[in-house]
Amino acid sequence: MNLPDIEQVCHRLAGDLQEMIRNEGLEDPLLVGIRTGGVWVAERLQKALNGSSEVASLDISFYRDDFTRHGLHPKVQGSELPDTVEDRHIILIDDVIMSGRTIRAAMNELFDYGRPASIHLICLLDIGRRELPVQPDLCGARLTLEEGQLVKLSGPEPLELSLA
Amino acid sequence: MTDPSKVQLTEDGRLKHFLTTEGLSKDLLTEILDTADSFISTQERAVKTVPLLRGKTVVNLFFENSTRTRSTFELAAKRLSADILNLDIARSATSKGETLMDTLWNLEAMYSDMFVVRHADSGAAHFIAEQVTPNVAIINAGDGRHAHPTQAMLDMLTIRRHKDSIEGKVVAIVGDILHSRVARSQIYALRTLGAAEVRVIGPGTLLPRDIEGMGAKPFYDMKQGLADCDVVIMLRLQKERMQNALLPSESEFFKLYGLTEEKLAFARPDAIVMHPGPINRGVEIESAVADGNQSVILNQVSYGIAVRMAVMAMAMSGQQTLINSEENA
Repeated sequence: MNLPDIEQVCHRLAGDLQEMIRNEGLEDPLLVGIRTGGVWVAERLQKALNGSSEVASLDISFYRDDFTRHGLHPKVQGSELPDTVEDRHIILIDDVIMSGRTIRAAMNELFDYGRPASIHLICLLDIGRRELPVQPDLCGARLTLEEGQLVKLSGPEPLELSLA
Repeated sequence: MTDPSKVQLTEDGRLKHFLTTEGLSKDLLTEILDTADSFISTQERAVKTVPLLRGKTVVNLFFENSTRTRSTFELAAKRLSADILNLDIARSATSKGETLMDTLWNLEAMYSDMFVVRHADSGAAHFIAEQVTPNVAIINAGDGRHAHPTQAMLDMLTIRRHKDSIEGKVVAIVGDILHSRVARSQIYALRTLGAAEVRVIGPGTLLPRDIEGMGAKPFYDMKQGLADCDVVIMLRLQKERMQNALLPSESEFFKLYGLTEEKLAFARPDAIVMHPGPINRGVEIESAVADGNQSVILNQVSYGIAVRMAVMAMAMSGQQTLINSEENA
C-alpha cells in the first residue's frame, strides 16, 4: 500500500491546527507530544506555528494499562511538562492512533499534573481498530491497513513512515 | 545457595528480585538509575502517585528496626499505588515462637506480591527469595554485613545527578567499612558503573582484609585518602563497635577520621559529601560539613524514594513477565 507523503500531511495538519486554535479561541496552547513519535510531530507542528507555542513531552510508561501483560517499558524517559498544566489549553499530539489506550493513559497522567482548561487530540495518522471511545479532533491522514499490519514513524529528522 | 546475582534475574536478564548490586551489569544498573530519574520528576508534581502497581500488595518485613528505610519503602510503595503492610516482626508472631517460614507462608496466603526484607543475618533476603513461592518479588532492605543495594543505588543516583556521571570519578568511603553492608554494595556498583577509583579510608581494625580483592584501595589517613576525591561518602559509626575494642574512643575517631572543613579541603574543591544517615554529628562528621554547601545528604533521602520506586516497579515487572509466560506455556 502507498503511505502518504509525510511532509504534505504535516503541512496540512499544521494549517488545520492553526485554524482550530483560532476558531476555538485557545489562548496560549501547550503542545504535549506523547513519547516518542508524538514529540517529533509536536516539534514539527510547533515550527509550522512559528514556534509560538510551548512543547512538552509525556512518557506514559507509568500509566499504561498493560503492565500486568507486558511489565514496565525498559526505556522510560520520563515526562517533561511545565510546573503546572492547571487551566492550560492542552493540544495532545501522537503519531498514530489505534486502540485509543495510549490516549486514555496520557489523559490520566495529564490530570496528575493539574486540571487543564481543555484537551484537544491531534494525531498524524489514524489506522482505526479502536477499542475505546476516543477520537482525534484533527488527524493528518486515515489509513486502512491489512490485518496484523502496523505503521511506524521514525525520526526526528527526517520523519519517515514505514509498514511493519 | 545459588549465586544471588542469578537468583535476582529472569532468564532474559530482567530484575525479578533485588538482592545485591554484585554481579549486575552496567546496563541494568543504568536502567535502575534512568527509571529512578523518571520517578524523581513524578515526585515533584501536585499528585505524586502513579498507578503502576495498583492492586499489588507489598509487605515490609523488618526483622531489624530502621525507621527511615522502612518509611521510604512505605512511601515508595504508596506512590506506586500499591497497598502496603508494615510488619514489625520483632514485636509480632516470631516472638510468639512462629518460625520464619511459617510467617512467610502466612503472608503468601494473604496474596502478597512483594516482600521488602531487612534482617540482621547476611543472606536472609536471598534465603527468602529461594524459599517463597514463585511470583513474590523480594527486595533486600539490608541483610547483616552483606548488602544494602537500594542504599547503594540511591548513592549512585546522587553522584550521577550532582557530578553528571559516575565514570571517571574518584570516590572515597570513610569509616567502618568492615561492618558496612552499604559500603560493600557501593563498591560493587561504583566499580561496575566505571568509577576511576574507589578508596576506603579508616582504621585498620575497621577495613576488611579482602578489600583490594573487591576493587577498593585502602587508606589509613584522611589527607592521603581524600586527595583529589570527587565524592566523599561518610559512614555512620555504629556505637556498639566501640565495645568490641575495635576503636579507642569516639573522640579519637573524630580526630583522625571525622569529616571537618579542614579535612574536606584535601578533596577537590567541588567534591560532594554524602552520608547514608542517620548522622552522628561530632562523631563522623561535624555540623559545618553536614549542613555545608558541599553536602547532598538530604538530597539522598529524596532520591531514596525514587530509587526504591524504580526497583519495586522493575522487580514487579520481571515477576509479571514470568507469570505471563507460565500462563502462555
